[in-house]
Amino acid sequence: MRPEDILALTPAGISCKCGGFHIDPTRPVARALITHAHSDHARAGHGAVLATQETLDLMRLRYGENFAGATQAIRYGESLTLDGATVTFHPAGHVLGSAQIAVEAGGLRIVASGDYKDIADPTCAPFELVRCDVFITEATFALPVFRHGDPGGEIAKLLRSVALFPERAHLVGAYSLGKAQRVIALLRAAGYASPIYLHGAMESITHYYESRGIALGELRPVRGAAKAELAGTMTLCPPSALTDLWARRFPDPVNAFASGWMRVRARARQQGVSLPLVISDHADWDGLTATVAATGAGEIWVTHGQEDALVHWCATHGLKARPLDIVGYGEEDEPDAAANDETGE
Amino acid sequence: MNRFAALLDRLAYEPARNSKLRLMTEYFRSTPDPERGWALAALTGALSFPHAKPGLIRNLIAERTDPALFALSYDYVGDLSETVALMWPTPSSSHAQHDPSPLAGEGREGGREATQQSKRAHENSSLLAQAVLIPTPDRGPHRASAMGCPASPQGGGELTLTSVVETLTTLGKAQLPQQLARWLDALDETGRWALIKLVTGGLRVGASARLAKAAVAALGAGDAQDVELLWPSLTPPYVELFAWLEGNGEKPQSADPVAFRPPMLAHALEETNLAALDPADFLAEWKWDGIRVQAVAARRESGAIARLYSRTGEDISKSFPDLIDVLHLPGAIDGELLIRRDGRVQSFNVLQQRLNRKSVTAKLLADFPAHLRAYDLLADGEEDLRILPFAARRARLQDFVARLNEPRIDLSPLVEFANWEELTAARKDPAAAGAGADAAAVEGIMLKRREAPYLPGRPKGPWWKWKREPFIIDAVLMYAQRGHGKRSSYYSDYTFGVWTRGDTGDELVPVGKAYFGFTDEELIQIDRFVRRNTTERFGPVREVVHEPDQGLVLEVAFEGLQRSTRHKSGLAMRFPRISRLRWDKPPGEADRLELLEAIIARIEQGRTA
Repeated sequence: MRPEDILALTPAGISCKCGGFHIDPTRPVARALITHAHSDHARAGHGAVLATQETLDLMRLRYGENFAGATQAIRYGESLTLDGATVTFHPAGHVLGSAQIAVEAGGLRIVASGDYKDIADPTCAPFELVRCDVFITEATFALPVFRHGDPGGEIAKLLRSVALFPERAHLVGAYSLGKAQRVIALLRAAGYASPIYLHGAMESITHYYESRGIALGELRPVRGAAKAELAGTMTLCPPSALTDLWARRFPDPVNAFASGWMRVRARARQQGVSLPLVISDHADWDGLTATVAATGAGEIWVTHGQEDALVHWCATHGLKARPLDIVGYGEEDEPDAAANDETGE
Repeated sequence: MNRFAALLDRLAYEPARNSKLRLMTEYFRSTPDPERGWALAALTGALSFPHAKPGLIRNLIAERTDPALFALSYDYVGDLSETVALMWPTPSSSHAQHDPSPLAGEGREGGREATQQSKRAHENSSLLAQAVLIPTPDRGPHRASAMGCPASPQGGGELTLTSVVETLTTLGKAQLPQQLARWLDALDETGRWALIKLVTGGLRVGASARLAKAAVAALGAGDAQDVELLWPSLTPPYVELFAWLEGNGEKPQSADPVAFRPPMLAHALEETNLAALDPADFLAEWKWDGIRVQAVAARRESGAIARLYSRTGEDISKSFPDLIDVLHLPGAIDGELLIRRDGRVQSFNVLQQRLNRKSVTAKLLADFPAHLRAYDLLADGEEDLRILPFAARRARLQDFVARLNEPRIDLSPLVEFANWEELTAARKDPAAAGAGADAAAVEGIMLKRREAPYLPGRPKGPWWKWKREPFIIDAVLMYAQRGHGKRSSYYSDYTFGVWTRGDTGDELVPVGKAYFGFTDEELIQIDRFVRRNTTERFGPVREVVHEPDQGLVLEVAFEGLQRSTRHKSGLAMRFPRISRLRWDKPPGEADRLELLEAIIARIEQGRTA
């Protein structure tokens, strides 16, 4: 059996014929395995969805009760046989509930890693390395210029700015699912004890995180707060809100944005960000290359992002690699679009 | 170095002047000598390292990275220093090996999986052999960092800006690449970016030398003018300056005989202000459309010395040797730099052709002879005249210019008037009111109170500038871009166009961009219009509907017009601003390019028609 006989690219996304399912399909399918709840990977309208409990819960929060015909939860490490294939979910370290999906058939193991990061995150299970024959990796930050560094240093930068400008409000753009909660947890870990304000769009997901035992301290809705009251405070909001009419309720706001994209100055400037925070939920270049190497996979399939650079790196390191052009993942280029808030970076 | 790098990083993103000031003052307050002094030197452009060239940086990165990856990265980032800073392979960036988990490990509950690990999630691997299988030549031998902590740039003696500056000033050219590489190895991304900017010159973080000096002044009782006055006599790392400002030392003495003196500036006059003013209290001059300069000369034992400063105190002597040559009387003249050919002052467009040149050639000097039109005298010999009333200084100036007796330096004439009506008429037609052939270079009238001393800064009352009526056109809003800082949620930068004949009938051609002139209320109205009438988006820019019967007409005022090859329309405006919103006017009735062509023809003929 060749790897292509187990997993193949179809118009709906990655498909396993012998197992009768798709992974993170971008169109409605009969059976879908979902790596994580960001909307470019998790869409509504599938017949049956297999995912971790958290991913299912988060999909329900976003799409409503009837987001799929049927759902089934699977735990990390648990294996399940689906027709001619065995699947196992492993933590991906990307956001709460995120998983890599290992598919085994005919003596071969392929790992579809979805989105992942290999550094510590207080709001989700840590990435687990799975040895495999073929590794499907994302490539969101697959250029050697992307090194995310220590998120603690970025949080310190934010706190210094709050101390220096006590009469201004600090707006922190962060994706509603995952990044926002991680930033809050990092702020708490750094000793920031004041109430943190939330944009309406992040309330339900953030409260869900709390319900899963992740302590985030005192949170307040920013809705209804008086302008003067917001001086010296910090508010988490979706990135698109930074440039929205919504931002006008704040006194002389400092615009921060927590994203791996903030590593590149031109991108930060283009979005009118004055306090870029390099905090990413994706693996950086060093993380990607180290992970790819460590899986022991002889063949690497590269999806969404800077495929060229990672494919080139693999080739120079004796690894067979090819890009998988999946349409519909990681569309984060349009800073104005609401969809921008949905890709996790 | 890390703190200085963090400061530059913040400054580069911070759009607001006051916030930039706060950031710098805070840095100076919390950083010891001599570190802060070298930072001040870097921010004011007082440091230069002739051996460090961008080519050197390029070679260093080429030795360390895969050329294909470098090309992809450079293409993505678009800036050499930044690409190198981000790509530079460092020991601390090396990832540890991964620890493969047993495939069917016990199921973990989802939900919180606390991890206290501070570094990569799968560091401390037992599979060191893995690294041997997959070498990583693009960052040197794969380090077994699982065996210990990666080298931290903070670890051990931290690299200071002071040691960088001291080393660079003594280092030979041959040792430079190796030294730079060692520093780059020890710094983080922001530190490397700052170091490369520092050594290759030009920080370009949007903080002028003047702003940096104001930030230092804010440390103590001294005001920015004091620091400006002292500045030419100070040398890095400015220990005595900081000591004085923080109350720990005497005020440093100005020793520079040709120091820059902070200029006195005027407020704009509205016609309604005139009623409250008495014509008898004022003298009037032409307001020249050149560049404001200060020409200072002194005599030393070694001979005469002269300097020409811009309005901001930048020494521009090197660009104007033809003026420096004729400054042979000790003193300080405040005046306008102009180009004078065949006895006639040329327009600003002509002056710009000289300003834009890098090297001063004999041909440039012959084709664009510099001229100084004097309107004030701040010092005569050793004597400081700034405390005298303007009328008295004017008399001294007249005498000084006569003694100089240089055709390149003349007196800016007074405009005679008995009442405001006469002055209004003179402003309307300078050629008839005494400016004659020089009227092309007149951009209005200056009103100066006879009794006023020379006060640095922009005091309200003693000086007024009364510009000529601007040119006005009706243009159509074509594109809008989001602003910065307080305006970052508003579409506040507008590109506008006028009609011209295209291949398929009339079309709009962009002729300029404006981002001020409107009220806050109008900004909200335009912003709403832009959001509701967007036809396309390009990053932060929106294309706005602009059809003959649909769109927004903007009345645009501007001070001048010149030909430009950089713009599609072939024209560039000076100081365009939105003077009115014409909600009432259909875009089809906005002005045409032919009108702008006619205006430019009028300007080129001396604007006297």
